[in-house]
Amino acid sequence: MAHRLPSGGLVIDRSKPVEFTFNGQKLKGFEGDTLASALLANDQVLLGRSFKYHRPRGLIASGAEEPNALMGVGEGPRFEPNQRATGVELHQGLTARTQNHWPSLGFDVGALNSWIASRAPVFSAGFYYKTFMFPRVAWKHVFEPVIRRAAGLGKPPKEADADEYEHFHVHCDVLVVGGGIAGLSAARAAAANGARVLICEQTPHWGGRALVETETQIGGMSGADWVRGEVTALSGMENVTMRTRCMTSGLYDHGYALLYERVADHVPGAEGTPRHRLWRVRAGRIVVATGALERPIPFANNDVPGVMLASAVRDYVRLWGVAPGEKAVVFTTNDDAYRTALALHEAGVAVAAVLDARAEVKGELPARARAAGIEVRAGYGVAKVKGGKRVKGVEIGRLTGMGQVGGRREELACDLVAMSGGWSPVVHLWSHCGGKLTWDAEAAMFRPDPERGPTGHDGAVNTLACGAANGYLHTDLCLSDGRVAGMSAASATGHSRGEMPEAPEVQAIPQAHPRPLWFMPARGKYAHGTKHFLDYQNDVTAADVQLAAREGYESVEHAKRYTTLGMATDQGKTSNINGLAILADQIGAEIPQVGTTTFRPPYTPISFGAITGRARGPLFKAVRKTPMHDRHAANGADFEPVGDWERPYCFRRMTPEGRESRAQAVTREILNARQKVGLLDASTLGKIVVKGPDAGKFLDLVYTNMMSTLKPGRCRYGLMCNENGFLFDDGVVVRTGEDEFLCHTTSGGADRVHAHMEEWLQTEWWDFQVYTQQVTDQWAQVAVAGPNARKVLEKLGGVDVSDAALPFMSYVEGTLGGLPARIFRISFSGELSYEVAVPANLGLALWEKLAEAGEEFGAMPYGTEALHVMRAEKGFIMIGDETDGTVTPQDLALGWAVSKKKADFIGKRAQERAFLAAKGRKQLVGLATEDPAEVLPDGAHAVKEVKAKSRMITIGHVTSSYFSPTLGRSIAMALIEGGSERMGEVLSFPVAKDKVVKATVVDPVFYDKEGERQNV
Amino acid sequence: MLLLTCPHCGVSGDETEFAPGGEAHLKRFGPGSSDGEFETYLFYRRNPKGVHFERWRHAFGCGKWFHAARCTVTMEVFGTYPADVTEPPAELVETIRAKRPEWEGF
Repeated sequence: MAHRLPSGGLVIDRSKPVEFTFNGQKLKGFEGDTLASALLANDQVLLGRSFKYHRPRGLIASGAEEPNALMGVGEGPRFEPNQRATGVELHQGLTARTQNHWPSLGFDVGALNSWIASRAPVFSAGFYYKTFMFPRVAWKHVFEPVIRRAAGLGKPPKEADADEYEHFHVHCDVLVVGGGIAGLSAARAAAANGARVLICEQTPHWGGRALVETETQIGGMSGADWVRGEVTALSGMENVTMRTRCMTSGLYDHGYALLYERVADHVPGAEGTPRHRLWRVRAGRIVVATGALERPIPFANNDVPGVMLASAVRDYVRLWGVAPGEKAVVFTTNDDAYRTALALHEAGVAVAAVLDARAEVKGELPARARAAGIEVRAGYGVAKVKGGKRVKGVEIGRLTGMGQVGGRREELACDLVAMSGGWSPVVHLWSHCGGKLTWDAEAAMFRPDPERGPTGHDGAVNTLACGAANGYLHTDLCLSDGRVAGMSAASATGHSRGEMPEAPEVQAIPQAHPRPLWFMPARGKYAHGTKHFLDYQNDVTAADVQLAAREGYESVEHAKRYTTLGMATDQGKTSNINGLAILADQIGAEIPQVGTTTFRPPYTPISFGAITGRARGPLFKAVRKTPMHDRHAANGADFEPVGDWERPYCFRRMTPEGRESRAQAVTREILNARQKVGLLDASTLGKIVVKGPDAGKFLDLVYTNMMSTLKPGRCRYGLMCNENGFLFDDGVVVRTGEDEFLCHTTSGGADRVHAHMEEWLQTEWWDFQVYTQQVTDQWAQVAVAGPNARKVLEKLGGVDVSDAALPFMSYVEGTLGGLPARIFRISFSGELSYEVAVPANLGLALWEKLAEAGEEFGAMPYGTEALHVMRAEKGFIMIGDETDGTVTPQDLALGWAVSKKKADFIGKRAQERAFLAAKGRKQLVGLATEDPAEVLPDGAHAVKEVKAKSRMITIGHVTSSYFSPTLGRSIAMALIEGGSERMGEVLSFPVAKDKVVKATVVDPVFYDKEGERQNV
Repeated sequence: MLLLTCPHCGVSGDETEFAPGGEAHLKRFGPGSSDGEFETYLFYRRNPKGVHFERWRHAFGCGKWFHAARCTVTMEVFGTYPADVTEPPAELVETIRAKRPEWEGF
């Protein structure tokens, strides 16, 4: 039985009890507990069900590597699934729930999977790939829903997140990752030499394993006291920033690191502080002092609750004062686990035996264990664990040289198995950005190769590993390695005062080398390996890896994907090395030849909130508003996004029957503009000034039309293609002076067009004397369109807007109604139309003056939908509707706007290519549906022939489709293969299972074909 | 997240401050060129493993285009220079040669 020890626990405060809820049950812990230690103190050993087999699972570890104890923590808007109990700090009122079981944690129907798996080869490597192949349709309707319900981790939260998150952008000389003794030494050495240092530690405590290993003395004091001294010294230095609860999730190119700080997870809802903070750090040098992780040993049933890593057992005893069991068996391949036996013994927990895989056991730690009266069995190992929801005992036997279990097998009763397969340096960060590893056969570990570390922008290695992360598992080496790394890092960033902090004297117990043991037993009765778990979280066993190798998945990257080894949220922290060693054995290769899989960020999962930061709701994306925006809102505008802009879609008026619908408003706006006069806020229209002696020459190259021949004061509609020959923007170009042009672009295209112009000016025609400037925001613009438009402007007065003074496609500057204005006689509606531009700060004044002056002439504002319908009635194209990046001007019957005289323009050569000049390309046509009330769906496809069963061949699609109030019928534009030769042809559009809409190909100009209305 | 230095304004910034523009020093083929020349100009790119010359724009800075010489394997940036040239500066070529003796040259 697991229980709280009467005394001890370095990080808990027994004077501060904390109440929490686990699966609805009220439990007690202490401040300083993790959810894991508090649950263990309450004898809650069963903490979850496994992913595939639903096997009972408990804690394996005490830290970031824990694969099993994933829970849903918190409630409502603060609920988060899949939290590692070992990383959740206990606080008053915490609620936690277990996952992946039905109906309950203790009795789970899904556990049948495990029973089935023991009798048939299901859920083994590649099971899904092999089994759920046919029939195809069953995958979607049968297999996937069933598998999704049975497998999987926690459920996502249902409510919006109640917390705030933020990003920090930080530069430092030296980033030290890890707050153990190596990291602290590195930080101290770097800081003493004047470097700006950021040191972060993922847990709430500095010191790492030094807090636990009480046998070791540093500088004549306990590790914990020495750590306290170092932390005090560092926190007094102004060039040092220190953060606990801050995990470095990934290293990226050129010294870029992402840190994940859990600011308020332990004080939920704290005022004035974000819950998580993402640190975006650019460091000159990075010191990786991330320590090492202990490896489990794959023996049969090594996942029964009560089987734990030896170091974790020691952590629970010494850090949190919790005994994970009453009677323990320690199974080890090295000296280190003897510390666990001694810690348990000191705490009054019986140790039935230490089983040491090594045939010969010498050394001081084993000697101390023997002296304490603990039975040490050299050359022994655990063959199998007994028990279901909790360890009841172990079957043990003597290990032969070949790794078989030989001789008589015995049974030892126990409720706790502490295993240690040796230590693996945490090389994740080192490897994220290309750092290479080297295999140390003697220490049985992959360690960083300092010559082949990650490099910076200048090509120099910019990351240094130190301490246990560098393969140095002994205290004195950790300390000196850390100091050297700190010195080198500081020096490389230009900080070398020659300061070397004094090396403290270390009293530690020397340790002998481990015996590598990757699979227990490697041969013999238990070696089928189906219960020898490697990856606890993804339920991958030794047998799965062997099967993968037999089936030809010999590359470690293939075996990983086939078995899903190491692909769970713990990223294989406890499983990768064992897995690849078993793979190596199976294919008869050496471990370094097999190599590791790619380590990828994040080291442990980070929250979506932290990634999002402040970019939520209104701050997700900047919204651009015109100077008249508030006025529109007050006027009943329904807005729609156009690029980054918010534009009125329509203005819904109040009527005696209530507020108009959108459709009613749009119809009214169109008819009013056609019959009287409408006002459109056209401020969003892109405006780019192109100026200089070569401006005309430049625009001749940018537009398909000839622009250099435009007379000052005149306007010309222009098309812009890319070098592939495809149309990408259009707009009216105005010559505002001898060497100055104003280029109008689409609302969404202004930035793109400006960037396009600059690209060509800077990278191809850099000898041209031309400047470009985007002035979209500098001007507010209103389109006054309709038969009464001239009357409105004349009433405002100040500028002669008669047809004689200002004919169609011309431009004038003047003072209109007291406002300095530019007036363009251009039309996108087909009506008599003026676009009036004033400096942006006068935009609202202009709008109000126009509305007031227009009142007697029936002026009403109209929105973007009315704009769209009116331009479609006129057969005007809209970039993004009629174009999709594969359409040329010729396809749209705009060949008249493509100059034949010019020697060159962007896209000219491409338009000469056979493909673009070929017959049968899709061309723009108008469509008139047989039923005038029927509006074709946007994007509907025309087919060659309507067929009931087989696939139909499409010949084109609808690009714009509306009901035209002006014409009282539906209208549409479409791109149809060889469209210009199909005039009068009736096309079929199958729009639903039993519905085909028929439409006749017509001229796309539906209204006022001669353009008489705009020329008055 | 590359660290790039704009040769126009001298600012060293995160990759996200810049916009990539593909391979540098392409020779434009316009009207009058053969189909082969035009295709090569428009579609064929070198994609080397190693030394690469590429175009960048300081999009969220001074707005200027420049070229960077970069190793596509190690991400090392050998240097950056303005875009209004048809070949990399001689000193930069020397620098790259010294660091990558096996490089075939520009």
